[in-house]
Amino acid sequence: MAARGARLCSLLLLAALAGLGTEAKNSEDVRCKCICPPYKDHSGHIYNKNVSQKDCDCLHVVEPMPVPGPDVEAYCLRCECKYEERSSVTIKVTIIIYLSILGLLLLYMVYLTLVEPILKRRLLGHSQLIQSDEDIGDHQPFANAHDVLARSRSRANVLNKVEYAQQRWKLQVQEQRKSVFDRHVVLS
Amino acid sequence: MESEQLFHRGYYRNSYNSITSASSDEELLDGAGVIMDFQTSEDDNLLDGDASIDEGIECMLSKFVDDTKLTGAVDSPEGWDTIQKELDKLWKKTCAASKAGDRGDSFLPHSGETPPAVLHPALGSQDRKDANLLEQVQQRDTKMITELEHLSYEEKLRGLGTHYTMTNGGNINSSTHLLDLLDEPIPGVGTYDDFHTIDWVREKCKDRERHRRINSKKKESAWEMTKSLYDAWSGWLVVTLTGLASGALAGLIDIAADWMTDLKEGICLSALWFNHEQCCWGSNETTFEERDKCPQWKTWAELIIGQAEGPGSYIMNYIMYIFWALSFAFLAVSLVKVFAPYACGSGIPEVLSAASAAGVSVAFGAPIGGVLFSLEEVSYYFPLKTLWRSFFAALVAAFVLRSINPFGNSRLVLFYVEYHTPWYLFELLPFILLGVFGGLWGAFFIRANIAWCRRRKSTKFGKYPVLEVIIVAAITAVIAFPNPYTRLNTSELIKELFTDCGPLESSSLCDYRNDMNASKIVDDIPDRPAGTGVYSAIWQLCLALIFKIIMTVFTFGIKVPSGLFIPSMAIGAIAGRIVGIAVEQLAYYHHDWFIFKEWCEVGADCITPGLYAMVGAAACLGGVTRMTVSLVVIVFELTGGLEYIVPLMAAVMTSKWVGDAFGREGIYEAHIRLNGYPFLDAKEEFTHTTLAADVMRPRRSDPPLAVLTQDNMTVEDIENLINETSYNGFPVIMSKESQRLVGFALRRDLTIAIESARKKQEGIVGSSRVCFAQHTPSLPAESPRPLKLRSILDMSPFTVTDHTPMEIVVDIFRKLGLRQCLVTHNGRLLGIITKKDILRHMAQTANQDPASIMFN
Repeated sequence: MAARGARLCSLLLLAALAGLGTEAKNSEDVRCKCICPPYKDHSGHIYNKNVSQKDCDCLHVVEPMPVPGPDVEAYCLRCECKYEERSSVTIKVTIIIYLSILGLLLLYMVYLTLVEPILKRRLLGHSQLIQSDEDIGDHQPFANAHDVLARSRSRANVLNKVEYAQQRWKLQVQEQRKSVFDRHVVLS
Repeated sequence: MESEQLFHRGYYRNSYNSITSASSDEELLDGAGVIMDFQTSEDDNLLDGDASIDEGIECMLSKFVDDTKLTGAVDSPEGWDTIQKELDKLWKKTCAASKAGDRGDSFLPHSGETPPAVLHPALGSQDRKDANLLEQVQQRDTKMITELEHLSYEEKLRGLGTHYTMTNGGNINSSTHLLDLLDEPIPGVGTYDDFHTIDWVREKCKDRERHRRINSKKKESAWEMTKSLYDAWSGWLVVTLTGLASGALAGLIDIAADWMTDLKEGICLSALWFNHEQCCWGSNETTFEERDKCPQWKTWAELIIGQAEGPGSYIMNYIMYIFWALSFAFLAVSLVKVFAPYACGSGIPEVLSAASAAGVSVAFGAPIGGVLFSLEEVSYYFPLKTLWRSFFAALVAAFVLRSINPFGNSRLVLFYVEYHTPWYLFELLPFILLGVFGGLWGAFFIRANIAWCRRRKSTKFGKYPVLEVIIVAAITAVIAFPNPYTRLNTSELIKELFTDCGPLESSSLCDYRNDMNASKIVDDIPDRPAGTGVYSAIWQLCLALIFKIIMTVFTFGIKVPSGLFIPSMAIGAIAGRIVGIAVEQLAYYHHDWFIFKEWCEVGADCITPGLYAMVGAAACLGGVTRMTVSLVVIVFELTGGLEYIVPLMAAVMTSKWVGDAFGREGIYEAHIRLNGYPFLDAKEEFTHTTLAADVMRPRRSDPPLAVLTQDNMTVEDIENLINETSYNGFPVIMSKESQRLVGFALRRDLTIAIESARKKQEGIVGSSRVCFAQHTPSLPAESPRPLKLRSILDMSPFTVTDHTPMEIVVDIFRKLGLRQCLVTHNGRLLGIITKKDILRHMAQTANQDPASIMFN
């Protein structure tokens, strides 16, 4: 399920990015940046202008020209002009996608570690609480995966299938966590 | 020679035993986190479906002949009886079938003939009779093959099915019917647990089988045709999707990582999603001093206490830096712990999966280097087809990343160098010195890191992974902030160290004393004396170097996915830059020395410190990973410095030699050994003259091998055997007396098969006979139904004779990725060699204590 989720996420991401590629370019997203080193008594300067690529040279960008006419050529020879473009929409969408994935994961994590054990405790009631004491004493997330798995196997409709897949995933992760963090068997 | 023959056998193995055995617990996977199934389709088989069917059937029949031969070769009277009985039975049944109509005439033309007589062997004339018998059997089968050639595929299969059902000794409706076996595999058989070696040979066989099946149906309908086309393309489809996904994810990571790095510093008020540079995209701050400032970008101090300068704001920024570093670390470690515990394996999974090509391709912007990397590090079972597919995946990934353009410089990497200044011969000396440094660093790092990881693994300290991450993050943040070179994002640092000092650079690394009135052209700046800024930068760099060297030892192997490439490169780049500046200043002040005289005149630009940083980075990375070819390719792809291949090669080679002098293992091998994965490294040579008989188990003093017999064990016997032993597979022999090998059954398969049989089949109880043979032995009438497990039997396990040199055995294991191999003598089963036996043996020959190798 985790793998499927990841695949879904990446596909969504792909679709979003593909959509971005075709979008019209924002006019703010190009710049021509000229860096001019110190020359005679003029200190170094950076010029920044929103022009097209063919106009990206010192003569078009450096305004006002700090040096008098005869020196312009010498001054401009030292300047380095770079044409750069970016896609601000891509950046915006990427960061939003990233933050929303992160947020969802965090919420789910909080749900698994904090909310679910409380819910489970309340649902089980007091009578069973005594019986399954050692079960609840384990505060690891997913600690109840085993019994839910056993219960959900008996019924079979779509919702239960989802639940079953989820529990199976939980069991897998639990197993992985044991082997990595407790037993130090793999990936030390 | 021998391995070729064996491979040939493997090629035909299991042709009529489609549900092959499943994985064992025997081997831990050599660390494949992401396993791409690059074997999914055999596209070259698309057109020759019928040919392969014939081949399959021929193979089945010859296999049958082989089996019969084996039986016939039994030199005991019982054996002769068995074969006589079997032949008679077969003969009667085929006759009956052909008489009953149902294509009988075309199928078996000799239905009216008398059954072939097989004489009981008299002593002395056994050989001749043996030959005689075999000839008869073979003749009959050859005849059958020729007959079968005229039939259509279905008829062939049906014919074969009948044939086999008959030989199974009655009970035509039993589950051993060939077609039933093809269609309904037992669920769970043939899957792998986490961290288990994939049996590539078996997977290939299975895939061929599946492919044959799809191809045979191809002509039936358009839907089947589409299915077969899809099958042929699925491998490439998977690779394409991998590439697309890796490219897109890399873009996401690049952008998000940039943003989060700058989040530690401040935030863009006008648009929260921009990092510092993007925030100041259109700013008009024109002076050099103000170049990094713009009104939209606010540091945390400005936002919280409202002042941008002074000690108060410094402390505020410091606190916020530590706060963000700690919260990122906590976020990372808790996400890893809750959702993906395997993600903490720093670096090792990425080494051994074929998808690493795409990964390295986008992570470092080096598509070809990525492919070479997987070729150099993925050490076994790497067929050319996989190479091409990795290449394609890398291409797609790089293309996607380029179209996202995360760095805004139309390049795949952040540190692309743009200088093309030449280098001179005398510079090889400092380059080689950098290589020595890289090798020493590599050796030190591997030792220290392994020692630390061992400590973490074996002592109490390892019980607190989350705390460890938080502590490391806190220490890093506290020490890193005051030094501008460690406060920086490491990639940015590398970029800055790689860049040459043009007149436009503002960093203190480029604070040379300039001759303002020089009217030279920008591109060719002569060597200049260093200014105070450079000297203070060198001090800071030295401190940064020490800090990085120490911290990297602790961060690699921590329980969050932390990398190795970038920190190693940073260390090398820092050292290289320092050496570069030193050589530059030396050349400037002593340009009359004989080595500098020829090239470094006054006013000439002869030393490029950025190049030294590049070479140093390559050397350090080489010292740690012990890569050579792929490393040089990665570095020159990374930097675009095509002219600098020779310096890179010299440094990387030196660093490998120096590193190897202190210990032959690279960091990945060392971690593989630390974790006790049974991994046969293709780079190690095996030069001892031992034979297979010296390595195999059981040894002379050991109890005999745990084996199964093909038809006289009960379900209970097998369950007891499984419970008492921890072996992961059991050889199946004909009988305890003859010891002749029938096949190999894996523990996991046995368990699953018996369990599912007990649940689903009626009449299977503890005292049921388990039968691996083609026909069930005659049982008393009241005994329970036998359980047929032929479908999980691997009928063609790899065997070697006891006199095979170990050199060849090791080669077979490496090339084919075997997990175990049986040892025979005159056709009798003697013992078994597993990959772990080989590793223990190798440790022994290298004078190590074989018990010191831990296997899980």
